[in-house]
Amino acid sequence: MQGFFARLLFALLALSGPVSAQDIVLGMSKNEIGITAFFNGSEILIFGALKHETAASSAGDLDVVVTIASPRNPVTVRRKDKRLGIWVNVEAFDVDLAPSFYAVATTGPFDRVVSEASDLWHQISVRQLIRAVAVPPSTNNKDQFTEALVRVREEQGLYQMLPGSVQLQEQTLFSTSVSLPSNLVEGAYSARIFVMRDGEVVSQYQTAIDVHKVGIERWLYNLAHERPVVYGLLSLAIAIFSGWAAAAAFRLLRG
Amino acid sequence: MYIYLPIAEVSVNAFVLLGLGGLVGILSGMFGVGGGFLMTPLLFFIGIPPAVAVATEANQIVASSFSGVLAHVKRKTVDFKMGGVLLIGGLVGAALGVVVFNYLKSLGQVDLLVKLCYVLFLGVVGSLMFAESLRALRKSKQVAVSKPRKKRGLVHSLPFKMRFRVSGLYISIIPPIVVGVAVGVLAAIMGVGGGFVMVPAMIYLLGMPTKVVVGTSLFQIIFVTAFTTMLHATTNYTVDMVLAVLLLIGGVIGAQFGTMIGAKLKAEQLRILLALMVLLVCGKLALDLIVEPAELFSLGVAGGH
Repeated sequence: MQGFFARLLFALLALSGPVSAQDIVLGMSKNEIGITAFFNGSEILIFGALKHETAASSAGDLDVVVTIASPRNPVTVRRKDKRLGIWVNVEAFDVDLAPSFYAVATTGPFDRVVSEASDLWHQISVRQLIRAVAVPPSTNNKDQFTEALVRVREEQGLYQMLPGSVQLQEQTLFSTSVSLPSNLVEGAYSARIFVMRDGEVVSQYQTAIDVHKVGIERWLYNLAHERPVVYGLLSLAIAIFSGWAAAAAFRLLRG
Repeated sequence: MYIYLPIAEVSVNAFVLLGLGGLVGILSGMFGVGGGFLMTPLLFFIGIPPAVAVATEANQIVASSFSGVLAHVKRKTVDFKMGGVLLIGGLVGAALGVVVFNYLKSLGQVDLLVKLCYVLFLGVVGSLMFAESLRALRKSKQVAVSKPRKKRGLVHSLPFKMRFRVSGLYISIIPPIVVGVAVGVLAAIMGVGGGFVMVPAMIYLLGMPTKVVVGTSLFQIIFVTAFTTMLHATTNYTVDMVLAVLLLIGGVIGAQFGTMIGAKLKAEQLRILLALMVLLVCGKLALDLIVEPAELFSLGVAGGH
């Protein structure tokens, strides 16, 4: 626990200095996630303070939006339809780039906190994010497919809308936590923090969270990709040995 | 207890995998089928990516088949000679099957084809076995000693005859090789060991005694699936060693129990049980194709299957 606070303090100090967006001070419970053999998801705590010049302005209440995104990959979305009495894939659509994980946490209902224009410009909601980077304009009924992509991943807990999950105290201190699922892919995740007033972005800040396999997970993954023949033979050796061991054990048991 | 699988990149409950492995291992030992036709869909269901499930399943079948075959070797119910001949065909078939599979993949719809293959073969094999074993059961009740009928068909009129002493056969090696190739092709396309096709083919096409069939089938499955494992490991990098170890711990233990149960059952009972199980899986797969799915859209890796 002490280590955690030490790191937290360090993070605060480190981040409060050379920050490009001058009025957000940010801390995170971790900026690195190691996927170990017993990895089962991870909770990440994001907190910080808004500097007073912004907060004190009388123009209106502030809101905070926190997004966490995984690296983006191409995805194929397929649609099934009934042909000759059976359900088959009839149509496919390639989304060039979509994050495999995306969470948006806000202080209030998303539509109130973020105006449509800000969403369009900063690609805050996952729909805008996919639409902006990914969709070739020529395709018909593309919306059907991007909506399906969002729906499927929302059901899997990979896309999370978390309205009201950011606490903002005294217009200055904010905090939120996002749970990352166990089926994380590796890569540089990005965390974005937007300070909003009346639906417009007044300030933003971005930082990275490094997610990577460690220990035996790393070793096996590298072996499988760099020495596939060795890996394959090792797998077979384990299989043959276990098969023999079980047979031998049972022979002993039965006498 | 949750374990993160390094290749599948998901975290799963280790006990669920041990249990699944054990269940499939029992079936493997009892019937001489690898159990892949059962395990692969189960792995999809718990969220393992299909490519990883198919490849890792091949590796696990190596273990449970090896464990099972050792028990059969001890009981002298393995026809190594026949197994070797089938295996030659099987390896040729598996290599052919991979070529066919990649060709179909380039056309799209390979998923559908695999499923239709399953429904067709499981349906035909299951029904034939079921009908035949019902007849056999009824006959064995009516007549205490049934005389083994010697069929003198095509199998006996072809050249290159060989004596298979353990099976008590003197037949041409052409039919076993053809059976091996056919099963190898199917195995590669459907991502299974092919035992559920091999076992009936050996009984009905080659006329081998049921007790020898199981051990011999397991024997040749070991090599076909080892070959498939290496192919997957070196071309697609989809063999997950952690997943395989969890499945095979359950699998090898299950296979031992399965062989014990199998030894206690009569051949007809064994066949009727296998037939019922095959039909059950067939029915489930057919239902999935006919009933409207809850989600009409599915996600896949772009450019992949």
